[in-house]
Amino acid sequence: MTDPAPTRTLVIEREMPHPPEKIWRALTEGQLIEEWLLKNDFQPVVGHRFSFRREPVGNWNGVIVCEVLVVELNSRLSYSWGAMGMETVVAWTLTPTEGGTRLRMEQSGFGPDREANYKGAKYGWKNFIDKLEHVVGGMV
Amino acid sequence: MQAVTNHVFRALADPTRRAIFEHLSRDGEQTVHALTCRAGVSQPAVSKHLGVLKRAKLVRHRHEGRETHYRAQPDALAPMVDWLDQYGAFWRERFDQLENLLNRMDK
Repeated sequence: MTDPAPTRTLVIEREMPHPPEKIWRALTEGQLIEEWLLKNDFQPVVGHRFSFRREPVGNWNGVIVCEVLVVELNSRLSYSWGAMGMETVVAWTLTPTEGGTRLRMEQSGFGPDREANYKGAKYGWKNFIDKLEHVVGGMV
Repeated sequence: MQAVTNHVFRALADPTRRAIFEHLSRDGEQTVHALTCRAGVSQPAVSKHLGVLKRAKLVRHRHEGRETHYRAQPDALAPMVDWLDQYGAFWRERFDQLENLLNRMDK
């Protein structure tokens, strides 16, 4: 009755003049992660449950509940990202390039719920999806 | 603002509510009775779902005689769109910070 909806994904990709090994450290060592992302108790171990902490906003306590899903040294890292009633997945991919590394972050599962089979309605959802594509398109 | 976003996400997390909302968006105003016929659940259940959608401001209602008519308020999705914009901005900023950190890590 409903079409399987494509998963809405936020993608950011950047080429960085640093080797994958170094970026990997910044993505997987708790102290370093805190310097650029958020306070955390991350461990690079599949199945490890951890949290990121943001400043509380409104009735949200700022805690992002996560579980490590994929750890492939210097190349792939992924964790679930549960915040404000939404469960998404953040996946990092490091690809070596001539001058360094192409770093790609995909956050997927946006939508009312991850398993949603969705057939877009005429009005709001059209705008919603257009806007999402705009967001993704605007990223460098 | 945050509370409204939560209401919207929660309201649309349920497949039956999503179907009701889609139906109203697509086909315009409907009575509770008509919605019940389509939803495949009991009228009290439909009314309860409509209550949740109403709290999220996703639907509005009016009474006419003995019937209550509901219609979709797609503008209520705006907080969700804003939220995604914010997420995009969040990650772009974090990428900048990551690059700063990587530069500092250079010997």
